[in-house]
Amino acid sequence: MSPLLSLRGLGVRYSGATAAALEGVDLDLAPGERLAVIGESGSGKSTLARAIAGLLPQTATLEGTIAWPGLDHPARNGRDIGFVFQDPGSSLDPVMSVGKQVAEVAHANLDMDWRAAMRLAVELLDRVRLPEPSVLAHAYPHQLSGGQKQRVAIAAAIAARPRLLIADEATSALDTIVQAEIVALIRELVAEDGMALIFVSHDIALAASFAERIAVFRHGRMVELAPTVELVAQPRSDYSRALLAAHLGLEAHSGAGI
Amino acid sequence: MNRALRLLRRRLIGSIPVLLIVIVGSFLLLEAAPGDAVDAYVASVGGDAGMIEALRQSWGLDASPMTRLAAYLWALLHLDLGHSVAFSRPVLDVVLERLPNTLLLMGAATALSFALGTALGILAGARPGSARDRLLSIGSLALYAVPGFWLALVLTIVFSVELRWLPLSGMETIASGKTGFARALDIARHMVLPVTSLGLIYLALYLRMMRAGMAEVWRMDFTLAARARGIGRRRIVLRHVARNALLPLVTMLGLQSAQMLGGSVVIESVFSVPGLGRLAQEAVGSRDTPLLIGIILVSAVLVIVINLLVDIAYAALDPRVGANEANA
Amino acid sequence: MSLRRLFRSPEAVAGFVILGLLGAMALTAPLLFPGDPLAIAGQPLLRPFQDWALPLGTDRLGRDVLAGLFHGARTSLAVGLAAAAASILVGSVVGTVAGFAGGLVDEVLMRITDAFQTVPGFLLSLALVSVVGPSLSVVVAAIALSAWTGPARIARAEVLSIRERDYVASARVIGMHPIEIAFREVLPNALPPVLALSSVIVAAAILTEAALSFLGLGDPNRVTWGGMIAEGRAVLRSAPFLSVIPGIALVFSVLGVYLAGEGVVESTAAREGQA
Repeated sequence: MSPLLSLRGLGVRYSGATAAALEGVDLDLAPGERLAVIGESGSGKSTLARAIAGLLPQTATLEGTIAWPGLDHPARNGRDIGFVFQDPGSSLDPVMSVGKQVAEVAHANLDMDWRAAMRLAVELLDRVRLPEPSVLAHAYPHQLSGGQKQRVAIAAAIAARPRLLIADEATSALDTIVQAEIVALIRELVAEDGMALIFVSHDIALAASFAERIAVFRHGRMVELAPTVELVAQPRSDYSRALLAAHLGLEAHSGAGI
Repeated sequence: MNRALRLLRRRLIGSIPVLLIVIVGSFLLLEAAPGDAVDAYVASVGGDAGMIEALRQSWGLDASPMTRLAAYLWALLHLDLGHSVAFSRPVLDVVLERLPNTLLLMGAATALSFALGTALGILAGARPGSARDRLLSIGSLALYAVPGFWLALVLTIVFSVELRWLPLSGMETIASGKTGFARALDIARHMVLPVTSLGLIYLALYLRMMRAGMAEVWRMDFTLAARARGIGRRRIVLRHVARNALLPLVTMLGLQSAQMLGGSVVIESVFSVPGLGRLAQEAVGSRDTPLLIGIILVSAVLVIVINLLVDIAYAALDPRVGANEANA
Repeated sequence: MSLRRLFRSPEAVAGFVILGLLGAMALTAPLLFPGDPLAIAGQPLLRPFQDWALPLGTDRLGRDVLAGLFHGARTSLAVGLAAAAASILVGSVVGTVAGFAGGLVDEVLMRITDAFQTVPGFLLSLALVSVVGPSLSVVVAAIALSAWTGPARIARAEVLSIRERDYVASARVIGMHPIEIAFREVLPNALPPVLALSSVIVAAAILTEAALSFLGLGDPNRVTWGGMIAEGRAVLRSAPFLSVIPGIALVFSVLGVYLAGEGVVESTAAREGQA
């Protein structure tokens, strides 16, 4: 089966920066696959996510190719790629009702009239498990909690049933309990819609809990790409080993506390 | 709507001390002016020394300053703004007669400058840093530096003297006998130059504010998020960026009302528009301090009312207004 | 270093060139045109570029327009700078006291500020000049009377954020008097954002002075551009240049102040952004 997305020699350089933000990335993503992209801040993982979605600033220059063998057209934002940002507080327009913000995705990408788009938005708010979706659709972002806002952002991202969902640190601004709920929700939605998922995170344990493959990034390079089971059991690179060790250390520590 | 009502009540209560301070200030200015109300009255009506003394007593002008202030407040409560020397009529009557013309001038100038300024600001702010943006920015700055009264004269030279397209001055053609639509059209023709002269400087202001506001909104994540959701550029510019950048302009609409009233003095003088501003100049010319103070008081009330209206409009445009109070 | 950045922007350069010219005109006026600019210099209503002794012509009474322009620059600049300095001084003192004292003092001072912003500034200036009588210092006071509120608000906001900082707390600990703390520790740190406003205030002051003079409320013993424009109005049809020339000088001066001010603010912002 041909991959959905294929990256060859992908590199990104921001103007004025001495080092490349991303260099020589080769990666194939199968349709419906769940890939976790792990790294510390500055590792290039968010740059990778934004490069795939064509959201890099104009000052950035791109090398290599981003191809979509799984699509018969160039990927379009919203329609083919859904993107969830880190901070749900700032990724929603403060003066537009959340229902409208979900509906405008359907309106823009699915050629729906506003009435149908609003109906779909309410359904989507229900799908992301928001209470009383028909009431909540008229609420504004400031009236919602952080977790609720992220659910709205997810509803907007999947509104046009994209083939790929990119979650860029989508849970790291939330507290642990909400984080787990959002991860569970993303997992469920991906499974139901058969979407591929790129889950960008600094948390290798969280990623390992549901990704099929893990890509580890450091200093703009992909240092390791392996199936999750393999990477956790036998990390090939020292860096992956260190990341796992750090995490296991935490685990052992908290385990001892119980 | 409850939210807006709560806000309105709070603002109304808040404006009472402000108005009181304005009144006390007006009283002090009146006291500082050479001559008192009796001098003014006698100057216009006439009278001898004995009558002046009697009037002073009956108007309470020989009492202590505090008593006089109390009497002044009491009179204001009864909408008595004193007596105009120059017109030999109650100040309030003269002021109210002129007010509609100024409101028309200000309203039209505000509408022109806000609509055009916002639209041009969106054009400039849609692509920050573009050639169009730079051109509009510099153009607006130049416009912002033009004094309204001078612009008025230049426009007069071009459109009234040279081209003869528009009337030179006045509010409407005198004794034209026009009624209804024809009269409205005549007034509109007379108002083109005053409205343009008064409004252009604010057009530049709104343009610059809109542009700066949009540049700020572009830096926010939700514009990138909207792009990531496949929303068209046009819709992002208009419904997200411009919509958010519009909010501070609405506040400015209220803040500018006081300045625009001040600006109407020179513009109305240049075009002989019988409004509040020209009245103020006439009051200065004839040393009619009670009239001038009356104009200031009415203007202050007008500014307070305009700001109240603007607050309501703002609350309707920004869902976040008053949200904190509900929680508190 | 920051000067180099300042002069990289063509707008800022233009602004400083204009201001330099304006300053030169103001300073050289008594040298180049030693006589009274209000005195008759030649035949009335002489058009510009006819007589090289009077290059910009003469007005209705035969007064030299170029001399008026130079001496007018003096008045505009003097009034603009003095009024701006006065409003910034009054505004920052009021703002500092309000922000530092807090409580009732703050409440009263801010309501007074509100009141001054509610009354149209130009009407207030008009009232003061008409009650006290027109002279240069009265015009300056009249302009400052309506222009101090902006600096006051900004100074107060700054002071509110500064007064909780460590160095203020330590000044309290060593037993400094509150007034001393307010004016020696807090005010100097609150000043930069207030000063960033100064170009706008200077520009507004120049325009207000011109408008007052235009209405005949300027100092009658001085040449002002506003007065020259008003003077030219009487012969607007036959000699429009009399109103147009001083107006252009006015526009360029205000534009120069804006451009230079914006250049300074932007170059300091860029420096802070880099730090």
